[in-house]
Amino acid sequence: MAESLLALRDLRKHYGGLAVTDGVTLDVLPGEIHAIIGPNGAGKTTLIHEITGVVAPDSGQVVFAGRDVTRLSLPRRARAGLARSFQITSVVAGFSALENVALAAQARAGSSFRFFRPAASERALNEAAMAALSEVGLADRAAVPAGALSHGEKRALEIAIALATQPRLLLLDEPLAGAGPEETERLIALLTRLKAAYTILLVEHDMQAVFALANRISVLVYGRVIATGTVAEIRANAEVRAAYLGEDDA
Amino acid sequence: MTTQLLLVQALNGLQLGILLFLVAAGLTLVFGVMDFINLAHGVQYMLGAYLGASLAAATGSFWWGLVLALPAALLAGLLLEVLVFRHLYARDHLAQVLATFGVILFLNEGVKLVWGAAPLQVPIPALLQGGVEIMPGLQYPIYRIAVLVAGVATACGLWWLVERTRAGMLVRAGASNAPMVSALGVDIGRLFTLVFAFGAMLAGFAGVLAGPIFSVEPGMGDNVLILAFVVIVIGGIGSIRGAFIAALLVGLIDTLGKSLMPDLMRLFLDASAARQTGAALASMLVYIAMAAILAFRPAGLFPVRA
Amino acid sequence: MMRGVWLPLLALAALAIAPLAGFSASYEMTLMARAMILAMAAVSLSFLVGGAGLVSLGHAASVGVGAYAVAILDANGFTDAAQVLPVAIGAAAIFALLTGAIAIRTSGVHFIMITLAFGQMAFFTASSLSAYGGDDGYTLYSRTEVAGARLLENRLAFHYICLGLLAASWAVASMLLASRFGRVLRAARENAQRAEAVGFTPYPYRLVGYGIAGAMAGVAGVLLVNATEFVSPAMLSWQRSGELLFMVILGGVGRLWGAILGALVFVGLETWLAELTPHWKMIFGPLLVVSVIALRGGLAGLVAPRHG
Repeated sequence: MAESLLALRDLRKHYGGLAVTDGVTLDVLPGEIHAIIGPNGAGKTTLIHEITGVVAPDSGQVVFAGRDVTRLSLPRRARAGLARSFQITSVVAGFSALENVALAAQARAGSSFRFFRPAASERALNEAAMAALSEVGLADRAAVPAGALSHGEKRALEIAIALATQPRLLLLDEPLAGAGPEETERLIALLTRLKAAYTILLVEHDMQAVFALANRISVLVYGRVIATGTVAEIRANAEVRAAYLGEDDA
Repeated sequence: MTTQLLLVQALNGLQLGILLFLVAAGLTLVFGVMDFINLAHGVQYMLGAYLGASLAAATGSFWWGLVLALPAALLAGLLLEVLVFRHLYARDHLAQVLATFGVILFLNEGVKLVWGAAPLQVPIPALLQGGVEIMPGLQYPIYRIAVLVAGVATACGLWWLVERTRAGMLVRAGASNAPMVSALGVDIGRLFTLVFAFGAMLAGFAGVLAGPIFSVEPGMGDNVLILAFVVIVIGGIGSIRGAFIAALLVGLIDTLGKSLMPDLMRLFLDASAARQTGAALASMLVYIAMAAILAFRPAGLFPVRA
Repeated sequence: MMRGVWLPLLALAALAIAPLAGFSASYEMTLMARAMILAMAAVSLSFLVGGAGLVSLGHAASVGVGAYAVAILDANGFTDAAQVLPVAIGAAAIFALLTGAIAIRTSGVHFIMITLAFGQMAFFTASSLSAYGGDDGYTLYSRTEVAGARLLENRLAFHYICLGLLAASWAVASMLLASRFGRVLRAARENAQRAEAVGFTPYPYRLVGYGIAGAMAGVAGVLLVNATEFVSPAMLSWQRSGELLFMVILGGVGRLWGAILGALVFVGLETWLAELTPHWKMIFGPLLVVSVIALRGGLAGLVAPRHG
């Protein structure tokens, strides 16, 4: 088995008496799309918070690219190569689409304690940003304020922002949430294109999409991973069907 | 410094703390429930003092002044809420700070126009004149003791109101989660108006009580306002209990600091310089305390919101 | 972003021409100097509020630290700009960095309150400086000298120095906001989570921004004390900080030049109303309330309304 890019080792988190993350161990291998699915209340959001550094686990380890990042903050994990999108779209609404992405490129291109030159005239940043925007199909929307983009475009913009940080792992938190059928189709096509080039940890409710995209799936129920396997294995798993697929419509 | 003097200063500190609590209580609830910064809360204290003073002079009785000043302060609060504050709830803190700052300018000047710039003297009511011996050979003014008692009684009443009644329950719930309370079908706007008017009356009450102790003058609310803000920030915004403890703390630090610091400074400086430097450093103590507390507990001692 | 910018440019041009166009009486020059200096302080505050999202209610303290640095140096016989300016700017920047290091750990209302608390500490410190007048303030022996010349005593020279420094602080603040550094500040103001998710920790950027704004306010303090040859703790009071915030809001948050307009209108209004009646604050207060409630984008919003 190849060295995993992201490894969760026995993560635990309690809120009061409730075990929200109850001994999660999980490996994301380089090059794969690894999906996490689970019914509402399974603890997916908390798990993402633990992976990205918003919430610290009570015990256990988060190992990213061979390095223990359990105690690192969100920005430091981002600098280590962990890029994320948010369940609720999070862009800088007052910035143009281009500047949103250029900000991310800037995080990868030397110090940002530079005070004199206008950032908007830095060609290297703008080119990197345009490249990422083209990759998600937003090149012709570069000058539009992010707040004025459609919902699907904002989702794509978030992915472009993530790409511009040159991530080693893309963590996409329900990238299809709230998208209409057409937008969903476009976003799935985009994710399929990205699949070739990036390692992706995908948290998603849309089963059709997960089964179409994922190499492997982990099923989270009440804070525990009850199964990890290929699409076919998960589909055939009786425990998963009982615990999860019964309430697929959640 | 003798024990006797220390005792007197401690009592004075508690009594300042109680007055601060009366001002801070309304402020912290308004702040907690509506997330509204009301810099004009201090002028309501000033207004209370002026109303109490002039109504007492007009009726010839401190007690009539007190009884009439309370509803008058309540009305003034309601009027301000309807005219100004209501339009600011949905705005950001910056807008609230500025608009209420405008109200301060107006009322400070308005008070000057009506009552003149010179301080008013309010005589201590006959019933509460004189002192009692609290230690052998140590007299303490009855009026100050009465203020202390009245304040503590009000604090207890307030505690009962907030902790034990339905309205109080809604206010507490509103402070920790306003949208939830609205979702329960409570008219949060009206709840707030009530809290607001009540808070204004408490501040006015503090003003009336303060009249015979401090001088009644334009701008007297400003310093109290800032101290009251320090109190609610130290105590944790929206927390009555926090406000009570922080108010006593601030009252004690301020009063004891002001009496001890100049003496302390005399160890280093000559008499007149020590007086000035000591007084200024003493005034600083409460802010140092606040900065220190916020540095370690950014949400105050008793945070209401998680 | 650049729409409406003709208005502040026009205002600066008018200030440049005014002394030559007959507005050179002593009180007119004093008034204009005061307006320009306050505008400079307001620009630095606007950089903080509109640029970094840090609503400080203690900005007058930074102005005051700069002013008191001049006074203290003056009392000890140092009056040359080459000595005074670096010390005053350094003192204001260090004051901002030290207080900011604690204040920026908090946010929202707590930030407003803790900056107020630090402002009050500075105010009381100034009152305690009995060697420099304490509560009564301190009168300078002489204005700051430039290369041995008593340049600042020349009213016209002082006017143009103020104007030049005002224009410079506007330019510097604009440059900073457009830079990589400013981009991070602006992003963190609007969406801190987003800035963090791409790898920026807002704290050091905000702190540096706070220090820079403090230094700029310090320059304004140097000019202010030179304008009146006097400094007192009142210069650091929280009411002064409130007035600076008002200038920023009146002009329009989010546009640096709004602060210039805000300061000019503020000083003009204050002077005009004070001539009208001794109780001018009774008019000024309600005007403030109305302008906050009715003018959401400030004056800048009137000449250049924003979309969306």
